[in-house]
Amino acid sequence: MGFANQLVRCLPVWPVYLLGALPGPWLFYLGLTGGLGVEPIKALEHEYGELALQLLILTLAISPLRRLLGLNLLKFRRAIGLLCFFYVLCHLLVWLVLDVQILGQILTDIAKRPYITIGMGAFVLMLPLALTSNNLSVRKLGRTWSRLHRLTYAAAVLGAVHFVMLAKGFQIEPLIYLGLVLFLLALRVPYSRWLRLPSGTPVSGRS
Amino acid sequence: AALGTQARAEAALPEEELAPNTWEEVTGYCNFYEFGTGKGDPSEYAERMTTEPWSVTIDGLVDNPGGYSFEQILSEMTLEERIYRFRCVEAWSMVVPWQGFELADLLTLAGVQEGAKYVAFETLYRPSEMPGTIYKVLDWPYREGLRLDEAMHPLTIMATGIFGKPLPNQNGAPLRLVVPWKYGFKSIKSVVRITLTDEEPPTSWNMANPREYGFYSNVNPEVSHPRWSQASERRIGGGLFARRQPTLMFNGYEAEVAALYEGMDLSEYF
Repeated sequence: MGFANQLVRCLPVWPVYLLGALPGPWLFYLGLTGGLGVEPIKALEHEYGELALQLLILTLAISPLRRLLGLNLLKFRRAIGLLCFFYVLCHLLVWLVLDVQILGQILTDIAKRPYITIGMGAFVLMLPLALTSNNLSVRKLGRTWSRLHRLTYAAAVLGAVHFVMLAKGFQIEPLIYLGLVLFLLALRVPYSRWLRLPSGTPVSGRS
Repeated sequence: AALGTQARAEAALPEEELAPNTWEEVTGYCNFYEFGTGKGDPSEYAERMTTEPWSVTIDGLVDNPGGYSFEQILSEMTLEERIYRFRCVEAWSMVVPWQGFELADLLTLAGVQEGAKYVAFETLYRPSEMPGTIYKVLDWPYREGLRLDEAMHPLTIMATGIFGKPLPNQNGAPLRLVVPWKYGFKSIKSVVRITLTDEEPPTSWNMANPREYGFYSNVNPEVSHPRWSQASERRIGGGLFARRQPTLMFNGYEAEVAALYEGMDLSEYF
């Protein structure tokens, strides 16, 4: 991993923002020009949502990768997290503006339809995370910052459950996403809990 | 009588609203979960399905039970065109120019016995040709059902073609049901069995989720799906900025079919 980590150290972060954001306008362009099929609104909504979920899973993978495999991608985590929020926002806007269109119905949907309530819940949890993803907030909030950013765990579970709930019939793909989220969260539970070791046994720190 | 029904149905709305969707839209955007849950999966994989020879078993409470070959059925039936609105339970819609015959004619051929109250339908289940069936998305084979009076209604047809051509596999070749006032999943595809019974038959989506999918599943803007409103729909083909349009009671066929449900609470029998 030494070589990989050295390589990562040399790489700048800005291309991650650039390359990561490109699918946003590109998918929109495809939707406009027929590249997303005959029902581009649903397709675009789904593409943005799925990208957001993939990026969310990636942010959750970063600390286990470092702890278990020694691969340090920490410098990219903020970029990936903010990109995730960007796609959640795109997903939400497509739903609001292009899909449902009717304000009254949007409010009823949020209140009455559990999968939408849960999706909105994930979005609301992510708002403070996006707003505090900057150096100033990290400095000002200190230890509160890392505690605050554990909201990612809840947002990830809600996001994956949102996907599972909107599937018709028994579908595998959303369950794989939920499984990945739960697996990555399980890796964070200290070993002592798994092994029922007495408390006080030294374990590697969680993040 | 049949042509009269079509004329009436068309007269119920301005003509341009029944301008059919394109061939690409009708054949490229399908739900046929035996081939996968993606809208493009059926058009990609359904060509694997062998549709020749094809035979439909008609059994249960009929005078002439047995296997009816597709050719035999075609030779006995008169084909006509029906341009129908098609409303998916997922709140999208199309207009499809079908060719087919009235289900009533086929049932009469089989000889419906007294005591028959329902008609059950089954889709082909052939895992070797249906990649989507490796997952138990639904309890295969796909099953649907109608009350006998719904099945005998002149708007209810068995379709064998679209746009003047034989049905493409993804649209339910060679023979499928079309019930234009019900959500699309009631219009079962690639039918291999029709059974007349005296009891309400089990139906696939109702078995999978009875809270969300009722036996009747009539298009009804006032009864929402638990996960989304059914008050409006989006016509396929409008692009990224397509506006929603209001969903019509019984999908616009209220004048023809409302009498079938007189006295029934449609929010209970949804």
